[in-house]
Amino acid sequence: MQLILEKRSQASSIMNLWSPVLAIFLTIIMGGLIFAMMGKPPLTALYLYFIDPLTSWWSIEEVLVKAGPLVLIGVGLAVCFKANVWNIGAEGQLTVGALMGAMVPVLWGEWQSPLALLAMLCLGALGGALFGLIPAWLKTRFGVNEILTSLMLVYIAQLLLDWVVRGPWKDPQGYNFPKSVAFEGWHLLPMWGDGRMHLGLIVSLIAALVLFWVMRHTLKGFEIKVVGSAPRAGAFAGFSHLKMVWFCFALSGALAGLAGLIEVAGPIGQLQPHISPNYGFTAIIVAFLGRLNPLGVIFAGLLLAVSYIGGEGVQIELGISDKTTQVFQGMLLFFILMCDTLILYRLKWIGRQVNQGSQVNQARKLSEGGAS
Amino acid sequence: MSAYEAIILTIITASTPLLLAAIGELVVERSGVLNLGIEGMMVMGAVTGFAASYVTGSPWLGVLAAVLAGVATSMLFGLLTQTLMTNQVATGLAITLLGLGLSGLIGSGFVGLPGVKLTSVSITGLTDLPYVGRLVFDQDPLVYLSVILTLGVAYILKHTRVGLIIRAVGQNHHSAHALGYRVVTVRYACIAFGGATSGLAGAYLSLVYTPQWIENMTAGRGWIALALVVFSTWLPARLAAGAYLFGGVWILGLYAQGMGIGIPAQLLSSLPYVATILALVIISTNRRLSVINTPASLGQGFVPDR
Amino acid sequence: MNKLLKAAAGIVLASALSVSAIAADKLKVGFIYIGPPGDHGWTYQHDQGRQAIDAHFGDKVETVFVENVPEGPDAERTITRLARQGAGLIFTTSFGYMDPTMNVAAKFPDVKFEHATGYKRSDNVSTYGARFYEGRYVIGQIAAQMSKSGVAGYIGSFPIPEVVRGINSFLLGAQTVNPDFKLKVVWVNSWFDPGREADAAKVLISQGADIITQHTDSTAAVQVAEEQGVSAFGQASDMAAFAPNALLTSIIDNWADYYIARTQAVLDGSWVSTDTFGGMDANMVEMGPFINMPAAVKARAEATAEAIKTGKLHPFAGPVYKQDGSIAAAAGTTVDMGTLLGMDWYVQGVDDQL
Repeated sequence: MQLILEKRSQASSIMNLWSPVLAIFLTIIMGGLIFAMMGKPPLTALYLYFIDPLTSWWSIEEVLVKAGPLVLIGVGLAVCFKANVWNIGAEGQLTVGALMGAMVPVLWGEWQSPLALLAMLCLGALGGALFGLIPAWLKTRFGVNEILTSLMLVYIAQLLLDWVVRGPWKDPQGYNFPKSVAFEGWHLLPMWGDGRMHLGLIVSLIAALVLFWVMRHTLKGFEIKVVGSAPRAGAFAGFSHLKMVWFCFALSGALAGLAGLIEVAGPIGQLQPHISPNYGFTAIIVAFLGRLNPLGVIFAGLLLAVSYIGGEGVQIELGISDKTTQVFQGMLLFFILMCDTLILYRLKWIGRQVNQGSQVNQARKLSEGGAS
Repeated sequence: MSAYEAIILTIITASTPLLLAAIGELVVERSGVLNLGIEGMMVMGAVTGFAASYVTGSPWLGVLAAVLAGVATSMLFGLLTQTLMTNQVATGLAITLLGLGLSGLIGSGFVGLPGVKLTSVSITGLTDLPYVGRLVFDQDPLVYLSVILTLGVAYILKHTRVGLIIRAVGQNHHSAHALGYRVVTVRYACIAFGGATSGLAGAYLSLVYTPQWIENMTAGRGWIALALVVFSTWLPARLAAGAYLFGGVWILGLYAQGMGIGIPAQLLSSLPYVATILALVIISTNRRLSVINTPASLGQGFVPDR
Repeated sequence: MNKLLKAAAGIVLASALSVSAIAADKLKVGFIYIGPPGDHGWTYQHDQGRQAIDAHFGDKVETVFVENVPEGPDAERTITRLARQGAGLIFTTSFGYMDPTMNVAAKFPDVKFEHATGYKRSDNVSTYGARFYEGRYVIGQIAAQMSKSGVAGYIGSFPIPEVVRGINSFLLGAQTVNPDFKLKVVWVNSWFDPGREADAAKVLISQGADIITQHTDSTAAVQVAEEQGVSAFGQASDMAAFAPNALLTSIIDNWADYYIARTQAVLDGSWVSTDTFGGMDANMVEMGPFINMPAAVKARAEATAEAIKTGKLHPFAGPVYKQDGSIAAAAGTTVDMGTLLGMDWYVQGVDDQL
């Protein structure tokens, strides 16, 4: 007996729907096992992880606050990855976006008007986009692998921020501690609810919906999908892969930069050495978990946010290490990738005694259309 | 020991984990597979190596355990990408994430304990040679191993049948398959080798570099190793040069600070990354350097047309 | 099937309730940590303080902590969560939690907050910090006596006032023994990166330093010192286990007494917002055992520590000269507290530029 994968003649629409559900289910089972192995009550832990965050208005607000930047960055990355453009450096673009946007409150602190906030948002997006264009330029001009350059630029951006808040942009009244002046008035996003929900959440939602529409109903969306999945066909259709690299990096960079600015002008309220708990990297998981579909990214962002908030809950209530959150996220990504295999392939046991020749012929027929 | 010897020794220590992790990834990529999970495999190696050596008291058993942990983690990657045909980039990221999380859980009981250091092997008599004595003949065993591995990989890839098969599989898996090579099996083997050397690199961190276990102690070295592979244009000799160059820039940045030069520390800290990007640009610009060795089917899954 | 689901839901709910049903009359004390409690440095010592509360109050008090909380948007949420879950006293143990602590405190006027190393206070927010520089002065004096080369290496995390103050105090202590003592400084841009700290230590040793001291949190530097046969000092906790031959002493952060006192104050209802900057006099800064040194050096170190403790000696007593030669405090005066808190200049003799 041998287990083989057999390519389906067309993608299974049933598995398409059920694969994420199956993945979450498997993650929960494995998670329960891990908790049990750690000697913790698995059901309680799972309840605290995934259900408890949704049982009070406060924690729902916090889930939304956490999901906001993940979704905003995640939709941009989803489009990138769909086009086979690998921007791994959203964290850096986020940082530079925050830096650019913060120019307004730091350098022109007296300028108080709604326009100032608008300028900050635009500068944030611009900063992220420009920083994102560096790997795009290196890729298109010199053919340098964008995964590595975008990643290296993350470290550079973080060191730049570090230098700025410890040097030139240090709050003069701050006892030489590393942070900028606190933003005030129109330099902060409008807030509501318990005081943590902010305009940025609406920006995230709009971005996701717009990109969903673009991907589904426009020529650009079609182009992105074609260039990503069948570059040769795309080239025949006159779609340029290089232009696509520019487009994707500009788009995802701008969204990441916007997310960065929203964080500093929202929940943080000033520039400081650490502005993001790895949102740019977590958004990569969000994009894949959302299966590179902007609507899916919204759900994925919410799911990961729940796991963060829930992870804190188990830490406090049961004393479980915060590392389990990372393990959960890794497993979730694993299972979703595995389950997605079932959309394009079906599992099949083949017996040794069966006439292999006919089986194989059949398999070959089904796998027509390229295996790579 | 003169100052220059000490600096070179420090550079060697800083470069060896990069070289170890990168030499395995080089082979993996030569076979047409892109494994972004080096960081995850390394950190699993680091924690397992420390735990095993702490429990048994033998650093060598630690090294062995680290290698096994690296292989085990890499096999998870292999199962997903080679058998289940998942996206290699995403799977590699998942490995990194899972490795960082799991290692933290496994290692929680070992934080803050002094480790067992793998001692240096000095070749008596030869260490007294002027200038090079200490440098060449008084190193820890993993440094020698990294050199042997680099030379071995260079030889095997270039001059042996095994190397030819690996390159063929990476170049065009359909043709290789048509020639009767088992593409998936070869790739599994290469992935396992990559896992083994990443595990070794992790062991180097937790048993030699700073003999203790600390969460996230790989601190991004896996990613640097990945960059080095591209930098090397998939050639072992250039890989070694790149690793030592990177380690050199890293250490000389600290050296410059110690000399009291008033350059912002952030600028010096960013130099290795800037240097890597520049090196990548130079390498990629020169088509003669880059294209010949680039595995053509890098990152693509292979479903055999039986 | 339906029944089964209901039963399962019942179990889940019941087990969850049993978790949150914690005796209401107990005082809950919450801690927010920047790193893992196992870092053997900063967070480790705070966690020792937390455990001291547990040991001292037993069943009257319950402590909870959240580790690895980044100094960003997450901090405010985590602090809020502790307050919402009924913590009556919350210690936020890193500078970057300052504004989040202030924000949460405004929303929970009945909860008492204690923020480490900051300067913003309110009716229910206290600040506390320790005069670690007092310990630095003692080890500086030891270093100058033990060093053969007359050069020490100092591994810094970030050039913030606390670290700069430590560097200055170390050198001022060393200059009481050897006016020409040299200090080389390397910044590693991190509180906790063992690999980089180890590299920095090796580089400093190769540049002639035979004493290594660090204001970073890992034990990597003392391990390197042990290996290379130079001397080192422990930071935050007693690091003798990592360098039994190289270690001379450690500067130990002792938060236990303060934490117990503040918890007691909340229990008594006598808690008021204060600003504590405790030193050796309050046992907040302690010296580890003086080891691996001649008796004379040890005696002098003990005398210096005692003088600081009793207030006879102030590390920043004048004359103190800045690096550029200008005078910071004339003879007979000391550098004032405001300048110390915001210190952004080196004293004369530091081989580095800020």
